[in-house]
Amino acid sequence: MAKTYMIEVDCAACAAKMENAARKTEGVESCVVNFMTQKMHVDFVPGADEKTVMKQVRKACKRVESDAEVYF
Amino acid sequence: MTRKQKRMLVRIIVSAALMVLLAFITLPPVARFVAYLALYLLIGYDILRKAALGIIHGQLMDECFLMAIATVGAMALAIVQKSGDYTEAIAVMLFYQIGEFFQSYAVGRSRKNISALMDIRPDYANLEGEDSSIRRVSPDEVAVGSIIVVNPGEKVPLDGTVVTGTSSLDTRALTGESLPREVAPGDSLVSGSINMTGVLRVRTQKAFGESTVSKILDLVENAGSRKSKSEDFITKFARVYTPAVCIGALLLALLPPLVLLVLGRAPLWTQWIYRALTFLVISCPCALVISIPLSFFAGIGGASKAGILVKGSNFLETLSKTGIVVFDKTGTLTRGVFVVSGIHHNMMEEAELLEYAALAESASSHPISLSLQKAYGGLVDHSRVSDVHEMGGGGVTAIVDGHQVACGNDKLMRSLGIEAMPCHSIGTIVHVAFDGAYAGHIVISDVEKPGAKEAVRKLRKAGVGRIVMLTGDSAKVADQVARDLGIDEVHSELLPGDKVDAVEDLIAHKDTKASLAFVGDGINDAPVLSRADIGIAMGAMGSDAAIEAADVVLMDDDPMKIAKAIRISRKCLVIVYENIVFAIGVKLICLALGALGIANMWLAIFADVGVMVIAVLNAIRAMFVRKL
Repeated sequence: MAKTYMIEVDCAACAAKMENAARKTEGVESCVVNFMTQKMHVDFVPGADEKTVMKQVRKACKRVESDAEVYF
Repeated sequence: MTRKQKRMLVRIIVSAALMVLLAFITLPPVARFVAYLALYLLIGYDILRKAALGIIHGQLMDECFLMAIATVGAMALAIVQKSGDYTEAIAVMLFYQIGEFFQSYAVGRSRKNISALMDIRPDYANLEGEDSSIRRVSPDEVAVGSIIVVNPGEKVPLDGTVVTGTSSLDTRALTGESLPREVAPGDSLVSGSINMTGVLRVRTQKAFGESTVSKILDLVENAGSRKSKSEDFITKFARVYTPAVCIGALLLALLPPLVLLVLGRAPLWTQWIYRALTFLVISCPCALVISIPLSFFAGIGGASKAGILVKGSNFLETLSKTGIVVFDKTGTLTRGVFVVSGIHHNMMEEAELLEYAALAESASSHPISLSLQKAYGGLVDHSRVSDVHEMGGGGVTAIVDGHQVACGNDKLMRSLGIEAMPCHSIGTIVHVAFDGAYAGHIVISDVEKPGAKEAVRKLRKAGVGRIVMLTGDSAKVADQVARDLGIDEVHSELLPGDKVDAVEDLIAHKDTKASLAFVGDGINDAPVLSRADIGIAMGAMGSDAAIEAADVVLMDDDPMKIAKAIRISRKCLVIVYENIVFAIGVKLICLALGALGIANMWLAIFADVGVMVIAVLNAIRAMFVRKL
């Protein structure tokens, strides 16, 4: 399953950091953050629960970039 | 400007004013330190907070960390040296914040502008009820087969056909074509175009999710999800660069003084620490990191304004390296519509011959018979036709008005024992026999698109060395078209599967640096589109398979857009390289100057902010593509 989420991030470097952090989160198969459109495209591991995974993704993103926000 | 940006602007202005004010007031040393410290915290508290959070989370090497170390270090030096010169730390922080502010403002603005270019989303539909009352609803809610009303000035919300009304449509947002399209009852409408002159009643044919506008929006919104090599390079570069500079700064602070100590000279600690701090200020890689994705985004935005949808910045990059363009003839260089182009050796009136042929073929839905019926123009009266026999791969025999009529190729004529006159024209030849005697033949051919020749010429001018045409047509037809258009390489009489093989063969033997672009009309060439380095689908409005398989989608079927797409991609890539070289170059020079002690912290921060401003402005240039 793949889904796209709105995000809020201030700089391109931070976006890259969020992308890395999200990729390492359990339940995420792959992730692409598009700084220009302020969107995060997440590909989930089959069977993963979207809500719980996204909570972890948001936490991981906040850790690398405290100002960032992920809406889901 | 967002609220966040406004707050930042106020902070910058207040801090700058206070800094000027403090420069004119003489205070006792302690009060002076407190006043400057307060100002420092006012302008830099968020940076310091983020740096602290970064340290807690193990994210040491980011911009905030660099700025915090550099400015705290500068403050500390001012105390140690008892110079009382705190302005430097504050100025660095202030300029850094101005730079960040400008960056977020400029990027936000261009993001909005570029997004506006692609804004074709209809907000509502005017649904007509059974009592012909009109209700304004969301396009999602309109069922297939409903009647909607589109007033002048409104966007067409769903694909459909005109029931009543005539109007001109502006399709610029979809196709880049500025000439309006005229529509009348019975014509189909594509969602996303703008109704300009008259009120139209439209019967919807697709749900909103299936409409052209949704498909395009989906494509555009996901365009950035594939990254180019340049973007990956920058991300990797930034990851290595920042720690490397930090280590460099540390070495710069420690090594020279230690060497001086060993040599028995004064170590000059403060001087080297200052240089190391300057080094840190210069090192922020933000110009690079921001301008590369912005350039690609602007390039993709500019292209979509011209009716060229590029699915990702990696494709823009590959497109710029195009060395071979392979065309699938039908539908790209030719219109894919067969028309009667000549009638020769006719023993009866041309119109009469055409009439008999059209009637004899009237039971068939083959493109050839359709073109005969179209050329005949009159209504086909099926009661005049009887005893139709179709000979597979040959033609048709039938009784028309009591006469024996045979229509077909040489093979059919031979089997009937009739001698056919050979034809020297290029195209498909339909021989006609009337009551057992030869009555002449009709030439049917595909027509070249008006812009095809110019398109090939422009591709050559854009530096595409090799232009190849693939077709399932006969060698004679293919060679003729190729000669007309100036194409030097033709592979004809290919079955659909052979096209994939032909493209694979071309890819295997080409120069590895050049990429191969395949241009198709999206009808049954999806496998080839996905096999080529770059698949370009033409005239894709409404064709879902093409939109999915292709990497670049041309909204209308103008072959000239291919050369334009290549030029847009080249311009964008030139800008990307300019920014990479410029930003890294200036940084390296400043780093060297800083290490030697020629550049101070003021120059360092100016270099950082200045490079970023120039790089961002340069990136936005990629959006302007009209003159390409």
